[in-house]
Amino acid sequence: MSAPAVWQRQPAVEPAAAGARRVPGPVVMALREFRFWLVNYRRTWKGTIYSSVLNPVLYLGAMGLGLGKLVDQHGQLGRLGGVSYLVFLAPGLLAAAAMETAMGESTYPVLGSVKWLKTYYAAAAAPLRPRDIFHGHLMFTTMRLIMNCAIFLVVMSAFGAVKSAWVLAALPVAVLTGLAFAAPIEAFAITRDKDSSFAALFRFGMIPMFLFSGTFFPVSQLPAWIRPLAYVTPLWHGVALCRSLSLGTADLAGSLVHVGYLLALAAIGIAVGQRTYRRRLYV
Amino acid sequence: MPAPDILVRAHELTKRFGQFTAVDAISFELRQGEAFGFLGPNGAGKSSTMRMIGCVSPPTGGELSILGMDPVADGPAIRSRLGVVPQEDTLDVELTVRENLLIYGRYFGLPRAVIADRTDRLLDFVQLTERGNDQVEPLSGGMKRRLTIARSLINDPEILLLDEPTTGLDPQARHVVWDRLFRLKQQGVTLILTTHYMDEAEQLCDRLVVMDGGKIAAEGSPRELIDQYSSAEVLELRFHPSEHDQAAEKLRDVPAERMEVLADRVLLYVPDGDAALAAAGDLGLEPLTSLVRRSTLEDVFLRLTGRRLED
Ligand SMILES: Nc1ncnc2c1ncn2[C@@H]1O[C@H](COP(=O)(O)OP(=O)(O)O)[C@@H](O)[C@H]1O
Ligand SMILES: [Mg+2]
Repeated sequence: MSAPAVWQRQPAVEPAAAGARRVPGPVVMALREFRFWLVNYRRTWKGTIYSSVLNPVLYLGAMGLGLGKLVDQHGQLGRLGGVSYLVFLAPGLLAAAAMETAMGESTYPVLGSVKWLKTYYAAAAAPLRPRDIFHGHLMFTTMRLIMNCAIFLVVMSAFGAVKSAWVLAALPVAVLTGLAFAAPIEAFAITRDKDSSFAALFRFGMIPMFLFSGTFFPVSQLPAWIRPLAYVTPLWHGVALCRSLSLGTADLAGSLVHVGYLLALAAIGIAVGQRTYRRRLYV
Repeated sequence: MPAPDILVRAHELTKRFGQFTAVDAISFELRQGEAFGFLGPNGAGKSSTMRMIGCVSPPTGGELSILGMDPVADGPAIRSRLGVVPQEDTLDVELTVRENLLIYGRYFGLPRAVIADRTDRLLDFVQLTERGNDQVEPLSGGMKRRLTIARSLINDPEILLLDEPTTGLDPQARHVVWDRLFRLKQQGVTLILTTHYMDEAEQLCDRLVVMDGGKIAAEGSPRELIDQYSSAEVLELRFHPSEHDQAAEKLRDVPAERMEVLADRVLLYVPDGDAALAAAGDLGLEPLTSLVRRSTLEDVFLRLTGRRLED
């Protein structure tokens, strides 16, 4: 009985061919990690689609139609920019949904990959570098953001909550809003050993932002002294820009400020994450 | 230029974690086609060394060259030619056996067809063909270990790194893994293995270093190490606890190369165990049990460090 040959290559100290030290570019490497997440996602995608559809239906139904009727009857449309509450609310919820998707993908999955399943270590033992692992995970997060935000936009249109074709531009903006959360949070999550700080992040970060960053009511309704706090949150920028696109009231200068702010946060998150991933995976 | 058949060369390789020195200026060379082992107790620095060779842990000092390249500058290029079985399994237990191999093969940029072909061969090799489409989670520890070994071979590596391949497995599962590793060895695989089991080291390693406290205490083939640091035979005597110390004292009159007095036994390192046992009888000693055996790496370790390998 002879074992099947599972060993074929003869070792060589000298790189056999010229360029043996060359490795694929960063995008190719990141795509390998992205595909890992895709294979993983094959088992769970159905459930995530259900909730991506159900969430906007519930929120737009209850708050947009139910609560909205009450608000509209109150005759305060001027403060909402002259539109119904549903039309006002929907783009805000779109940005908030992006935030929620980003937080979900960038907290427990990161800690799980390094602490519980240790799958990051499997990738790190293969040719991928820590930064490739980080970028690949971000790519997958981006894909989830695109999916969820696109579904949200479809539901939103079905509710008749869209005023302008510019709302299509709200898709990349919402995705960017998500990345402005995902990149820094993944950079942070990889440094954790326990998930306790995530609960705090949700309780003291996400929920207050969700409530006070202009999703449900204009920030101008808040006392003047607290408004600057809302303006520095990434969610406010995402909400403001998505809303102005959905209502067709966006102006170039304001839009550029919002995009620039969100891009800067995402870029900082990526720069920091490249370091924190390295520190964690290369002990 | 390094000699053509030296795949890994370490010179005064050092790893510190803060103030703590886990690997203390060790030097060794791995030659093509050999099975090279690190034998040492927990905390000796074996995994730290393996992680440096695996290019996932930058050395703090000394030199390390793998396949003629620098682990820090050329990590991805080196890792693409290594197979790694880490001390702790890093399988994705939520996926199936085959999916684990698929994902890992993709990490190396292998085409799907190549992965599929190798997956069939490798699952056959580690005797997991029937479990190919099962989830990994419920597999036994031994099966997971075999899957990790199959996974480490997916890229047809030039060096295989095995960090405690059978620790935590029951004896039967260990033997299955040993059998597979032995076949790899027969196929000419170059492998580096760490273990704290002396029988594993004896069976699998052509050459090994004994490691303790981050340092290399000795180096050679199992046979050489035993010849150099131990005697041909060992006489193990066990006495009634009340007589233990007294008996040990008396035994000094039996001619022996060395004597070790353990808590529950006395070991006499002698050329001829039976003769030594007779000599002990002549001194009027009546051990509860006696055993004559060949020297093992355990004896080498005891001699070198004054401690036992496995506790
Ligand atoms: N990341 C780390 N930080 C601090 N100490 C470490 C780290 N990794 C290992 N050590 C310490 O280094 C020593 C050697 O560990 P290790 O290389 O895992 O030994 P072995 O594999 O031989 O059991 C141990 O004392 C261990 O506690
Ligand atoms: Mg170890």
